[in-house]
Amino acid sequence: MRAFEYLRVDNVSAAIAAGTMPETRFLAGGTTLLDLMKLNVERPASVVDISRLPGLDAIEVTDDVIRIGALAKMSKVADHPDIKDAAPALSESLWRAASAQLRNMASIGGNLMQRTRCTYFRDPGAYPNCNKRDPGSGCAAKAGINRNHAILGTSDACIAVYPGDFAVALVAFDAVVIIRGLVERRVPVDRFFLLPSTSPDREHALEPGEMIVAVEVPRSPALKRSHYLKIRDRASYEFAAASAAVGVELEDDGKTIRDVRIALGGVATKPWRLRTVEDLLKGKRFDEATLRAAAATAVKGARSSGHNAFKIELTPKVVARALMTAGDIA
Amino acid sequence: MSPARPVTLEVNGRRHDFRLDSRTTLLDALREHADLPGTKKGCDQGQCGACTVHVDGERVLSCLTLAAQAEGRRITTIEGLQAPGGAFHVVQTAFMKHDAFQCGYCTPGQIMSAVACIREGHAGSDEEIREYMSGNLCRCGAYPHIVAAVRDAARRMSKEASL
Repeated sequence: MRAFEYLRVDNVSAAIAAGTMPETRFLAGGTTLLDLMKLNVERPASVVDISRLPGLDAIEVTDDVIRIGALAKMSKVADHPDIKDAAPALSESLWRAASAQLRNMASIGGNLMQRTRCTYFRDPGAYPNCNKRDPGSGCAAKAGINRNHAILGTSDACIAVYPGDFAVALVAFDAVVIIRGLVERRVPVDRFFLLPSTSPDREHALEPGEMIVAVEVPRSPALKRSHYLKIRDRASYEFAAASAAVGVELEDDGKTIRDVRIALGGVATKPWRLRTVEDLLKGKRFDEATLRAAAATAVKGARSSGHNAFKIELTPKVVARALMTAGDIA
Repeated sequence: MSPARPVTLEVNGRRHDFRLDSRTTLLDALREHADLPGTKKGCDQGQCGACTVHVDGERVLSCLTLAAQAEGRRITTIEGLQAPGGAFHVVQTAFMKHDAFQCGYCTPGQIMSAVACIREGHAGSDEEIREYMSGNLCRCGAYPHIVAAVRDAARRMSKEASL
């Protein structure tokens, strides 16, 4: 690990001032940053410990919105009774992620910022070629073992999966990321994450010195009737092979879809909203055949790299089953 | 070299003053500097749970915590679990009774995790125990006995609490 200077700050302004120094990283839970520093993927000169900034761990649930401070721990949000009630998919996406220990450490802001588990990205000693780590150096994953890599949102430069679960639920329900730098700004979570395109080293909309202070999720009937389905190689403590955050609201007849939300995890380079599938379903009957027909279009434009071809078959099944579970017809 | 900085840690109710390289993890501070080798280093990458300790009563991974981050927090390790008189913790007794280990290397982490799992209220069924203990790997595969030990300890602890 490269030597670094450790700084602890106790207010947001001091954090932002420190964060504008070159080669500086904010440290909250440390579960991604410290791991990647041990692997020599992250090599900061300074580490600014923001974990004790006061007030940033608040969780507020009002009639209209769920607001979660950036320093709230995953475990606290997952177990929050109002969030379980108003937003089951948010809670499930958190407690089905990582382990109890990691969820006690990892912050909500850091959770959004977690980096891909691409084994080639994580191993600079063995694989010098990685466009995400070293732009222009190539991609070792495309001709390597790419079973866990993305089928959606990929580019010639990068096929690495966005690994998180929580952001998938956020993008399904139109959450907003609240960012503070010199000014405070609000960025829809769908625009917070960037496609790899030709610059996979740029993963999100944060500028140097900016930090996430909170996320806000508007409450809706679909969020109340939501579910997060995560399919993976082992029953727990594993990243998704494919996952879906879904929510559904039916008309008063109990059969017609008024509102539906769908986003995918484990298969795309960023949390992947499926608006076209949602549009196909709105106004239709909520039954298995209709859901399966619409879910089949979830992988339109998907691209296999070889070992990950199974995800093209798996993804529509995950979408359909998640929706059937949310709508109580599974 | 990172400059060494003074770090004060409160471990098992005792204060320790160190000068540590900023890269030092809580795990290495405990094992190499505080003379408390009960906490084990497995993967050192947050994947196995062998290094589980409690910080302010919550289970965390000491391998992914900088020692400096733990300043001013209450740290409890497996050495601090026994009562002052020397009696084993209910969970320790349950692990012995149910033979919940083979080689024993993951056991301190399993036990620290189990104590917290029960305290959190996440030991209500075998299924819940498996889910909430999944961050502690056992390469010997003692899982069925570990689940039995946690179930038994949870029952005893809830009985004690209701007395």
